[in-house]
Amino acid sequence: MSAEIVIPYNDTERPDTGLYNAKLGVWLFLASEVMLFGALFSSYILLRVSADRWENGAEILNVPLATLNTMVLIASSVTMVLSWAALKAKNFPRYRLCMGLTFLAGVGFLIIKTLEYGAKFEHGIRPADSTFMAIYFTMTGLHALHVIGGMIVNGYLLGPGAKMWFTEPRRFTNRIEVAGLYWHFVDLVWIFLFPTLYLLPGK
Amino acid sequence: MSTEHHPEAIHKQVSLYWKIFWALAVGTVLTVAVSFFHGWGVIIAVIVALIIAAVKGSLVAGYFMHLFHEVKWIHGLLLLTAVFFVALIALVMWTVADQQGQAHGIFIVPQKHVEPAAKGGGH
Repeated sequence: MSAEIVIPYNDTERPDTGLYNAKLGVWLFLASEVMLFGALFSSYILLRVSADRWENGAEILNVPLATLNTMVLIASSVTMVLSWAALKAKNFPRYRLCMGLTFLAGVGFLIIKTLEYGAKFEHGIRPADSTFMAIYFTMTGLHALHVIGGMIVNGYLLGPGAKMWFTEPRRFTNRIEVAGLYWHFVDLVWIFLFPTLYLLPGK
Repeated sequence: MSTEHHPEAIHKQVSLYWKIFWALAVGTVLTVAVSFFHGWGVIIAVIVALIIAAVKGSLVAGYFMHLFHEVKWIHGLLLLTAVFFVALIALVMWTVADQQGQAHGIFIVPQKHVEPAAKGGGH
């Protein structure tokens, strides 16, 4: 004899919070992520203010490539939210198109990042060279890991995970919404990383 | 977030998302453009960069993450996070303020000069 355990509020909102489980869980996770990146940003401030010399990011880093990467990530945020809107409109083919574009934008972002890192290593620039390069590689590296994490989730929701649409469409739509919350957060972090590392003048 | 399913409402939302995209794109170009303006000091440059980033961030959080229409539980959670985040930054700022008037900061790391010529990207 087996008893089926049903976890409540997977696809419907709890009456008291007005939230389904996954959304509350992901927002709690994002709160911890704010503190993680917040710690790195505060480290950046402390290191920069304490250093007797600080590189001008625009002179060492590739601003055009980083600007392109910013555009790619912004575009991916739009396609991500459009994939959710497509499911709301019950348009599964459009969802696949938008989510596919989001995934490709993630690939594009990582390719550009790899080109950027590759050029640094070719010129013998390593994280140990200066505090600026150390914090640059730490922050952008951690961010790139987050992009990879988001792509794994998005890839799953684009491929095998998409089957859920045909059995539990509302729950699947919720999954896309929370995956989107994470992806937009990754975009949000880059919006602050870009000017901080690439554009602020040195001293 | 509203669970609105009406095609017209969804169409309006999609149209709004594209407007936000263009606003973010313009914001990005503006961020880069103002960085070429060397007339102001570091403090002003930091403030301008942070203001543009904050506006762009608000658009992403408010519209793409639906924060403007989210329930109070989420707003409360983020308010608590913001308090801890501000405390984290404030601790650093106080530490920095303690160093005012001293010849060096607390973490002096020998710096190797990185040549600007090493900037290239796609090769």
